[in-house]
Amino acid sequence: MPRFCARGWCCMNALHIQVEGIGLWSPQCADLDAFRRHLAGETASTSHARPNASALSANERRRAPESVLVAVEAASQAIAASGRGTDNLACVFTSAYGDQATTDYMCRVLAHAPTELSPTRFHNAVHNASAGYWTIATGCRAPSSAICAGRASFGAGLLEAAALACADDRAVLLVNSDTAGTGPLGELIGCTRVFGCALVLSPCTTTGMRLRLATTASSPRHSPMSAECQAWMQANPAAESLPLLIMLATGRGDCVLAVSEHLGLHVEMETNA
Amino acid sequence: MRVTTLPLAVSAYTSTSALGCGLDAHLGALDAQHSGLRMNDFSSAPLPCWIGRVDGVEDVTLPAAYVKWDCRNNRLAWLGLNQDDFLVKAHAARQRYGATRVALLLGTSTASIGATEEGYRRLEDGRLPTDLRRTSIHTPHSLTAFIAAALDIKGPSLTISTACSSSAKVFASAERLIRLGLADAAIVGGVDSLCDSTLFGFNALELVSPEPCRPFDAARRGISIGEAAGFALLERVELQPSEPLQLLGCGESSDAHHMSTPDPAGLGAELALRDVFDRAGLDVAQVDYVNLHGTASQKNDAMEAGLVSRMFSPRTRVSSTKHLTGHTLGAAGIVEAIITLLALRDGFVPGNAGIREPDPACSAHFAWRNEARSLRVALSHSFGFGGSNACLAFARVDGVA
Repeated sequence: MPRFCARGWCCMNALHIQVEGIGLWSPQCADLDAFRRHLAGETASTSHARPNASALSANERRRAPESVLVAVEAASQAIAASGRGTDNLACVFTSAYGDQATTDYMCRVLAHAPTELSPTRFHNAVHNASAGYWTIATGCRAPSSAICAGRASFGAGLLEAAALACADDRAVLLVNSDTAGTGPLGELIGCTRVFGCALVLSPCTTTGMRLRLATTASSPRHSPMSAECQAWMQANPAAESLPLLIMLATGRGDCVLAVSEHLGLHVEMETNA
Repeated sequence: MRVTTLPLAVSAYTSTSALGCGLDAHLGALDAQHSGLRMNDFSSAPLPCWIGRVDGVEDVTLPAAYVKWDCRNNRLAWLGLNQDDFLVKAHAARQRYGATRVALLLGTSTASIGATEEGYRRLEDGRLPTDLRRTSIHTPHSLTAFIAAALDIKGPSLTISTACSSSAKVFASAERLIRLGLADAAIVGGVDSLCDSTLFGFNALELVSPEPCRPFDAARRGISIGEAAGFALLERVELQPSEPLQLLGCGESSDAHHMSTPDPAGLGAELALRDVFDRAGLDVAQVDYVNLHGTASQKNDAMEAGLVSRMFSPRTRVSSTKHLTGHTLGAAGIVEAIITLLALRDGFVPGNAGIREPDPACSAHFAWRNEARSLRVALSHSFGFGGSNACLAFARVDGVA
């Protein structure tokens, strides 16, 4: 029974959404095609040091920290795949730690010469820096958000973005990324790799790549994955998205993602019966 | 398609800021127009400015079960949670609905970064010192993880960190989850505590005032940073039909202009306002009072004075209360939502404290002093770095005296 929702996309605590575009960036796999080749067993031939992030102006690209470049690159890929415009596309950016290198810089300077803090690096330190750079670069005045939920940041972001899509009957860009830590903070946190992905989501139609999302008390679970994918997940909370990305790349399966310490999100591919 | 948001009963709320702990302390300070700002006695190196510091945070002890989350921000959170019986009401809501049916959405801009800063000030062999080698506090999710544990909430829970709009946007997320049936109730709020990152960061941007901030004054010199904790419990109106205060809706937008200054034309802020009017089915003429973002920065106040003068009916009264509390950043949304709720509940317009000579850009909407006036509909503005805007609409729905 639909409950207070726009057109009945939410039934019995399940959300039905469509994935219109997928973006992905890591030094090993710089886009979805490279990721598919990885899943097919090919060994990555090149390693990418820095994402293009060509949606940013040259000036912004210079000022932006790595976390913003990764997020913008993944977002741009997903947008291109969806064929949508960006100016009225709501967006949710999720990241467990934001820009760890900037946090490390801030804490180092504050410990020794606080009045020498760089104003640009301070505004780059806000958790919504990626959302800010993105909306400025794309002229987007739609709602934008920046969230986190520890290791469950991707699952929480997926639920937040899907809820926005279904509640307000609009397409939503979800961007999920974390970068490697540096300094004493990086040593403690142990996030050692870079990973980002993005999805353009919209309320379900009868075509396309469709997902059913339902909250569950079950613990996170997923199909077996390569040692490399497991290593990504160990080394970066944003790579907790890999079970879903593998489902989307292969067109089948289901998984349970963590959306908080106690709550899971059961994600299933929907097929036309 | 026009989306109508679900009105929600605000069945419990509390605030702790430089004005004191709990609603009565806030009401007393608002009534007396007594500022909680003091000379900066907090930063690890001297910085001549004024701050809104909460007394006694250092002396708060977290219950032993939560000691891994111990830090200034979570002590302030715990202090705030224990005011106005909020903890008891939150536990009762969890009992009523079940732990998995209550959502927890909290805003913060810096969370427990103060603990990370402290760790860097006293590194041991290049590593964070032993007592601070706790991953639970060196993360922006530290606040929400602690509160989820303290309240035993097992529903959807996340941190929104969109700078100074953080704890306004939590209301929008909560409304969506409840409207979709993903939760039956939500605890929303926000906590931000004083730290070097924001004091010296805003100082680097030349936005910190050397005197107590004076929003909308012709000679304003910048912001005064404060700290605060605030929480609210939101439930379906049909389950709390006798609650007199309701959230009517939340409007959100982005500026698409600049990382650290608002669009001077105020287009993004105007979109957020129009969004909340559309969602709540409100006519602008119905708005009795607006608690402004009013930070006392040159650019915010110029933009917002223009927004007020072109958007609101002559009968609407507006003011900023940041001279009293300071700018509590990620907690500003919830603190000012609660001041707005108090104004609705007790029938008054808080004066725009700290004014000497109003900026000539300010229209006749501004209430420079307290005014006794029954209110039915009131808004709260929150505009943050990165151009993140949120406007909340609240109503008093019982018979107004």
